[in-house]
Amino acid sequence: MLRTSVGALLATILVISLMPAPAAAHPQDYAVVKESAGQPGGRLVVALRSEPKTLNPIVSVDATSREVIGAMTSDLVHINHQTQRTEPALAKSWTVSSGGRKYTMQLRHGLRFSDGAPFTSDDVVFSFQLYLDENLHSPQRDLLVLGDKPIVVRSIDPYTVDFELAKPYGPAERIFDGLAMMPKHLLEKAYREGKLAQLWGPNVRPEEIAGLGAFRLKEYVAGERMVLERNPYYWKADSHHNALPYLSTLTFVFVPTEDAQVIKFQSGETQVLERASADNFNLLQKDAKARRQCLSDLGPGLEFLFLLFNMNSLDAAKSGDIVAKQAWFRDLRFRQAVSLAMDRKGMARLVYNGRATPIWGNVTPGNKLWLNTNLPHPERSIDQAKALLQSAGYSWNPEGALLDSQKRRVTFTILVSSSNAQRAKVATIAQDDLKQLGMDVQVVPTEFRSLVDRVLNTKQYEVVLMNLVNGDVDPTPEMNLWLSSGETHLWDLGEAKPATAWEAEVDKLMEAQMTTPHYAERKQLYDRVQDLTARNLPFIFLLSPNILVGAQAAVGNFRPGILEPYALWNADQLFIRAPEGAQCQ
Amino acid sequence: MTKRHRNVLFITLLATLHLFVIFPGFFAPYGYSTQDRELPFAPPSRLYFMDTAGNFHARPFVYSWQVRAESNNGYEEDRTQRHALRIFSTGSPYVVVGGWTSNLHLFGVEAPGRIFLFGTDDFGRDEFSRVLYGGRISLFAGLFGATVALLAGGFAGVVSGYCGKWIDALMMRLVELFLTLPWLYLLLAVRAVLPLRIKTTDAFLLLVGLVGLVGWARPARLIRGIVLTAKERNFVMAARAMGASNLHILRKHVLPQTYGTLLTMAALLVPQFILAEVTLSFLGLGVGEPTPSWGNLLAELQKYSVLSSYWWMYLPAAALVLLFMTYHWASVALQEELAAVA
Repeated sequence: MLRTSVGALLATILVISLMPAPAAAHPQDYAVVKESAGQPGGRLVVALRSEPKTLNPIVSVDATSREVIGAMTSDLVHINHQTQRTEPALAKSWTVSSGGRKYTMQLRHGLRFSDGAPFTSDDVVFSFQLYLDENLHSPQRDLLVLGDKPIVVRSIDPYTVDFELAKPYGPAERIFDGLAMMPKHLLEKAYREGKLAQLWGPNVRPEEIAGLGAFRLKEYVAGERMVLERNPYYWKADSHHNALPYLSTLTFVFVPTEDAQVIKFQSGETQVLERASADNFNLLQKDAKARRQCLSDLGPGLEFLFLLFNMNSLDAAKSGDIVAKQAWFRDLRFRQAVSLAMDRKGMARLVYNGRATPIWGNVTPGNKLWLNTNLPHPERSIDQAKALLQSAGYSWNPEGALLDSQKRRVTFTILVSSSNAQRAKVATIAQDDLKQLGMDVQVVPTEFRSLVDRVLNTKQYEVVLMNLVNGDVDPTPEMNLWLSSGETHLWDLGEAKPATAWEAEVDKLMEAQMTTPHYAERKQLYDRVQDLTARNLPFIFLLSPNILVGAQAAVGNFRPGILEPYALWNADQLFIRAPEGAQCQ
Repeated sequence: MTKRHRNVLFITLLATLHLFVIFPGFFAPYGYSTQDRELPFAPPSRLYFMDTAGNFHARPFVYSWQVRAESNNGYEEDRTQRHALRIFSTGSPYVVVGGWTSNLHLFGVEAPGRIFLFGTDDFGRDEFSRVLYGGRISLFAGLFGATVALLAGGFAGVVSGYCGKWIDALMMRLVELFLTLPWLYLLLAVRAVLPLRIKTTDAFLLLVGLVGLVGWARPARLIRGIVLTAKERNFVMAARAMGASNLHILRKHVLPQTYGTLLTMAALLVPQFILAEVTLSFLGLGVGEPTPSWGNLLAELQKYSVLSSYWWMYLPAAALVLLFMTYHWASVALQEELAAVA
């Protein structure tokens, strides 16, 4: 998925300072977390939708793998999910020089991997070597290559590393977030033999894997659970100088459906519910007090739902049906009419119990730092939509069916993932809305992988209802979507050059924001991108669902945020307390 | 009540149920896709004779639902306005048969009130109307599937039983093959290769037809057995000895003996194929939104929140049970009647 940056969303409770701990108690260069202290011990159980496919940070792509890996590894600089700003992690400080192109990082002293081996700048250089290796196809590689030149990493001394970029980078040190540091001593041999990509599957023996995260692998039972235990060498401590994490074990159980996850959470079998649908959230709310469960609605996240019209250039001989319909899809007035007919409020109320926000642009209200608040929010109006269609040469037959200028009936299919009940419901409402314009629309639930294949590869679809989730608030990771040459420029993939003037302008704006160091300038550029996309409607933006999470009241320091993973991002600080008298925060 | 009366009653009941679902437009107060986006998951309307002041009204009435004032969860009745029930009211137009439309409904309430006998679904659509319209698809699937299976099975059974020898052996091995066929996977595979553009109703018909075809094996075996014994009967031997042709023997002596079994078989097979439709729709292979069928109405219950919060969403299941029971009783009744005739 996409990843996007910065934004102070919630009040900052958490501050990481760089106070060195007393040398005798802690030989390591601890990061001290100032906040209410917890109690050591305790077990936390969380349900995952699927099993992690790999524990190898270099090759992992799916969300569940990344979530488990997140608990077992650390990065140099980390984005705090609550403040959405960066904070020092394995690097305790850094300086920027050469006009924003060069970063010199000071690593913490005396850190150890979870197997006890020391962590030095050699491991950093080795890790970047892996991320940049073209043969390993790491999904992070694209972000580390600027202007066709990969980032250059040099070790100065065991605790100092230099990074040099080809161009100044707008999101700055956010580039380092999520890049797990890898143990050279365990992996170098396999890497030389070209076997690294196969290493660290879920079946790996605990002694063969090590990281710098709060937890390390203890046990994996296929189809059932993965148990992580406390990493005794972890590099954070609380304000009382107690080493983190508090939890003695963190267990992921594999529960394939959301309903089953909700039932397990309701009965107390799991302590944290990572994401609930609005229906289930309402259901849990009914007896949350009696069951001592804390539920939070974090408001709109970074996910957005939209209708995508197929505007790809297709072979008329092979896909004649779709090509004939593209005359409608490519007409801006047609898309505007569709957008005007959408009952976004009705969708939010019926499908999400009001726990979703209507949107008219690609940046959700959850992303406060980058949202263009001046975008127009046209009210739903079937009459205006009909007037627009009429001005574009459409007419209606006596039965009220919409005909185009060549008197062809306007009819198309909307594909929607069959595994997502909520999206299917949104599609049904859209179908009913479009019927009021005289369009004959059929909703076709499709298996998710086949849907993605149609959108990205075969391009055999007319309209798709789908969603995208940004991994970060910064716009730069969205480059792939908005650049006309981008790999996920969904509505018209593989354009040789920008097909329209506005797409050419978006290309320039996106390139410019990426290499501009100042937030205010970048915001101005990105505001214009939002304005252009909202006017030209490559997508019909519909909704942004709220992030709904829950935890048993016994879970302390539970502070969910709108960046994935919503609830477990501070797993190193979570603890279990006596449920009696425990208050929801 | 004599046995005879009871049998007539069951058969009449079955016919009435069919009448309901063959003409859903008349019996349903609303169209199946009419949404009321202000009233998702509204509970069934209550019928009243007494108003809030304690006055009796001969004509029953309902109150409208409104969202409960103190929370945005749940509904309460708006007791300020009564909406009287009307018999033979006019409402939204519907197609009766072919191109003939009508707007006469069996019942309705005065606007702007609305009556929801079975409550509403997640889009605020009247569940009662949807159950009636959904019955049309489900029942059609049942009758269509059963007809296909009986025709194919009956033909194969008669040929196999009457001809015997290698034809019989071949047919019966084929029957065994079909009996072991995992039809669900077959259907999933067929649906997967169908093009997207195919209308869901067409795809559905195709699938039901397929289920019917795959289901020919059991009736074929049964009919074969009857034909086997029938052709050895004395009067058949006598007819043959007198030089009757095969066709004559089949028509006059053998086939009549299978009618009773076929009819009973039909009464058993129809519910089986209705259930097949329910299974298909439950798995998302049935007709698509917004067209209802009993299967996709029940598929709503797959969601935990619906299952545990809205009891009226189970009502399609009650309709299903009622229809199945009636079919069962009717099949027993038919058997008895036929035995009496014989």
